[in-house]
Amino acid sequence: MEEQIIIEAEGLTKKYGTQIAVNNLTLQIREGEVFGFLGPNGAGKTTTLLMFLGLTEPTSGKVRVIGFDPTREPLRVKEKVGYLPENVGFYDDMDAQQNLRFIARLNRIPDKISSKKIDELLKQVGLFEEVKKKVGTYSKGMRQRLGIAEVLIKEPKLIFLDEPTIGLDPDGTNRMLDVIHSLSREKNITIFLSSHLLDQVQRICDRVGIMIKGNLVAIGPIQELARKKLGVEKEHYTLEELYMKYFKEA
Amino acid sequence: MHGIFTLFRKELEDHFSSIRFLLISALIVMVGVIIASMVGMSIQEESKGMAKPTLLFLWLFTSTGKIFSFVQFIGFFGPLIGIFLGFDSINRERVSRTLSKLASQPIYRDSIINAKFLAGVVTIAIVLVGIVLIISGLGIRLIGVVPGSEEVLRLVIYIITSILYISFWLGISILFSVVFRSTATSALASLAIWIFFSFFVGLGAGFMADAVAPISQSGTNVDPNVLIKHEEVQRTVSLFSPMTLYNDATTTILDPTRKTTRGLILMGPLERLSLSRFQSPLPLLQSLIIVAPYLISIVAMTFLCFGVCYLVFMRQEIRTV
Repeated sequence: MEEQIIIEAEGLTKKYGTQIAVNNLTLQIREGEVFGFLGPNGAGKTTTLLMFLGLTEPTSGKVRVIGFDPTREPLRVKEKVGYLPENVGFYDDMDAQQNLRFIARLNRIPDKISSKKIDELLKQVGLFEEVKKKVGTYSKGMRQRLGIAEVLIKEPKLIFLDEPTIGLDPDGTNRMLDVIHSLSREKNITIFLSSHLLDQVQRICDRVGIMIKGNLVAIGPIQELARKKLGVEKEHYTLEELYMKYFKEA
Repeated sequence: MHGIFTLFRKELEDHFSSIRFLLISALIVMVGVIIASMVGMSIQEESKGMAKPTLLFLWLFTSTGKIFSFVQFIGFFGPLIGIFLGFDSINRERVSRTLSKLASQPIYRDSIINAKFLAGVVTIAIVLVGIVLIISGLGIRLIGVVPGSEEVLRLVIYIITSILYISFWLGISILFSVVFRSTATSALASLAIWIFFSFFVGLGAGFMADAVAPISQSGTNVDPNVLIKHEEVQRTVSLFSPMTLYNDATTTILDPTRKTTRGLILMGPLERLSLSRFQSPLPLLQSLIIVAPYLISIVAMTFLCFGVCYLVFMRQEIRTV
């Protein structure tokens, strides 16, 4: 089976005034993979995600997401691409069901169909018991899982997750990683995950890209990068060592 | 279109279930009942034993009774309704981090701001129609006069003008909610604009007029040309306030015996004579012609304000932080 390219960026650049947020980014993401986008705070990870979604216009360069140009045809992209921002917000005075129904309506899913789906999704992310509580009372982990449910309601082909596990306790983190992992395995959804929590990325990602100060300094499977950079075989390194090496060089 | 409708429905639900809206409606109902009963009773007394003059019904809205008329009330407090409904519409979504989520759904970005504006306008319309109906209902019982078709038409024009006028203030407050990140700042900024237009433009007009054409207080024989100039300058400056525009326009619409929007001082003796001689009311069309420039200005202001708001919103970066 030939692998499909789902994101294709070429020379993607974003400048804010004279400051370069993303510099000449070129990468390809294959369908079905879990891609970890690493980098320190302020490296341009979120800006890149926003450009992939058509929420920010690139200064120059080309990008195609699921075959469409997000600047030209943002709706085509947004129909099939889910985005979970860092610290996602909800309408706190509504309950989980109402929040999900609102998003479903914005995605043109009729209420009849969405009602069933909402229940399924809430069970899947483990929030079905809390369904009558206002979202304002939810814990951070619950909000994050509700965010996943909200992204899934449109049945996306591709999901962007911006720091999905930041601020979660160990249990919450594990549950989140499990959910992400099962999405990729069971539903063949491509996952593009930005994070700076390296051990978690190492656990679930097929390939990683390392972004530092707007430049993509490395991209590839973790083992391959380690072999190239550290000259060691599997089991003898952590992603952290690798990352710090790139970070110091940059 | 689909996105706009869903957002619009949610905004409307939010408005109607908010405590803010409850307070506004309580205030409006209270004022409506008070005005209707006070004005209604005074009209009842005045017109006792007389043949009822035509267009008596409209007096309910224009006559001042003991405190203020309904038209004055809306001219002054109407802006507050608009500001209350709009001052946190965009930055609330920013603070709760729902804006970037909304923007990543398959809807056009402008439908967010369109839906918010539209929901505000519809809420304003419902409130206004509600209070006019309350006053009419109570008034009809008190003065025993049923409105004719022309009176109803005049009222409809009045309501439409008021909706546009309040929507202008809604637009101002939404604009501030786009520009400022904090809801408190946008509320204060909107209130500042409101106070500026309601008090300071009037004061400023007086100062300007005194500066351009000073009238000496001591002399008894004032040059009429200076007097006219003084009055003209004052009027021109005060017309910059949407409040003056609105008040002049609506009093003329609702009071068919007013044949001009100008103050009496600019009238020549013949004009004054003709006014006192021919007290027959103007036909609706003539009243409309008199206030047409005012109405057009109000429409233009409202659309301009929304246009600016739209532009600023569309050019803004949507960031999570």
